[in-house]
Amino acid sequence: MTPMKVSYYPGCSLENTAVDYAASIAGISPLLDLELEEIADWNCCGATAAHSINHELALALPARNLMAAEKMGRDVVAPCALCFNRLKVAEKALKNPAGNPLGLSYQGAIKIWDLLAYLTQEDYLQVLAQKVVKPLKDLKAVGYYGCVAARPPEITDKKDYENPQNMERLLQVLGATPLDWSFKTDCCGAGHALARPDIIDTLAQRLYERAYAAGAECFVVSCQMCQANLDLTQERISKKFGKPYYLPVFYFTELIGLALGHPQVKEWLAKHLVDPAPLLKGKGIID
Amino acid sequence: MDTPLRPSSILAEKLAQGNLPASACYQCKKCSGGCPLTFAMDLLPHQVILLSLLGQEDKVLSANTIWVCSACETCTTRCPNGIDIAGVMDWLKEENLKRGRTVPQPEVATFHRYFLESIKAGGGRASEATLVRRFTLFKMRRKFDFQELKENMKLGWRLFKRGRLRLLGSHAPKKQAEIKELLRLIKS
Repeated sequence: MTPMKVSYYPGCSLENTAVDYAASIAGISPLLDLELEEIADWNCCGATAAHSINHELALALPARNLMAAEKMGRDVVAPCALCFNRLKVAEKALKNPAGNPLGLSYQGAIKIWDLLAYLTQEDYLQVLAQKVVKPLKDLKAVGYYGCVAARPPEITDKKDYENPQNMERLLQVLGATPLDWSFKTDCCGAGHALARPDIIDTLAQRLYERAYAAGAECFVVSCQMCQANLDLTQERISKKFGKPYYLPVFYFTELIGLALGHPQVKEWLAKHLVDPAPLLKGKGIID
Repeated sequence: MDTPLRPSSILAEKLAQGNLPASACYQCKKCSGGCPLTFAMDLLPHQVILLSLLGQEDKVLSANTIWVCSACETCTTRCPNGIDIAGVMDWLKEENLKRGRTVPQPEVATFHRYFLESIKAGGGRASEATLVRRFTLFKMRRKFDFQELKENMKLGWRLFKRGRLRLLGSHAPKKQAEIKELLRLIKS
């Protein structure tokens, strides 16, 4: 596969609570001959707060980023489900034939991708298959996709929004055992983490139970909000429900790093609150 | 006794003007059936749509539901009539604030406000540390809970040790004039 270069919109979380996601992305992309050029001077997309209470801002913020990406002339990739979604919302608004509300002239020749969709294109799966040096043998995992990377399809342009399969295909290529379950696109409570932690507890505990019922030993996520809500809360939820849950929450990029033998994987994983080391050691995947 | 129902089309018309036509709803309840947050709601999503169409502004604008919705977009995706139900929830939240009404979920509304202000404080990028600090103070002022504060501090410390909580704000974009112009949309 020829080396590729795309524009990259990391989003605010990747400079904060999701530094492990950021580090794993930076770590694996050179292994795949993928150059990520960060959009210079990007701003926050406004996230849930903006679309909840300020619809003008909710469009203006991602529109600025999209205009900057267009100037760079390459497809743009976002690792965060909501950043991706807001870029797509801006794209739809700016490409509206009835005229866009911001009066910007956007040509729309570039494509917006969420990172998981980008790295699970057929070509990349083939490259990955060749590069696996440490298959994630017997690692039983459920894929957990961020809601708004898929929904609503009118915005995301995704075809398999109810039952996406690309994470499972990736896990198979990496030698893991992806399990089927019906909750891969169910909500974790997302931005309610601070305002209504009780809601997160209910939803996350439900997901732990369903993951266990499917026979899973861990979650694999492609959204940092999902990671935070399943990982940071696990101790609290275990106490609250009187049941010691142990389900490490991996970013798919960390698992790519593991299977491809990246030397820094342990540093990324050490940032998790639910320590994946016992699980991985038990499988003989790490020493 | 309840006041007699006086249907009005004003709210439905406003929603339609805001690109959120809801009048095609035939109450199939698919939105409520798939909603993962119903356990925390007072009105179910299909009831919000029906009451909006009947012009029951007071009922929908004072509902917890519109604030509890997590915008997972399941309802919008599955609506057979193409109604953007999550979009209606957003519109109602903004309308509630515009009218200066009491917010039934002050934590959620304050979180959103602080989030936008944290973008302003960060010169264009959100700072999670600033947000967490301010929001914790807000919560403790409303209801002081030593146990919760202790747990939060412990979590914060564990994240800080792992480099997952940046205390010194975020990298602000360089073109500050452009950013400031954009952020004028945030009224605080």
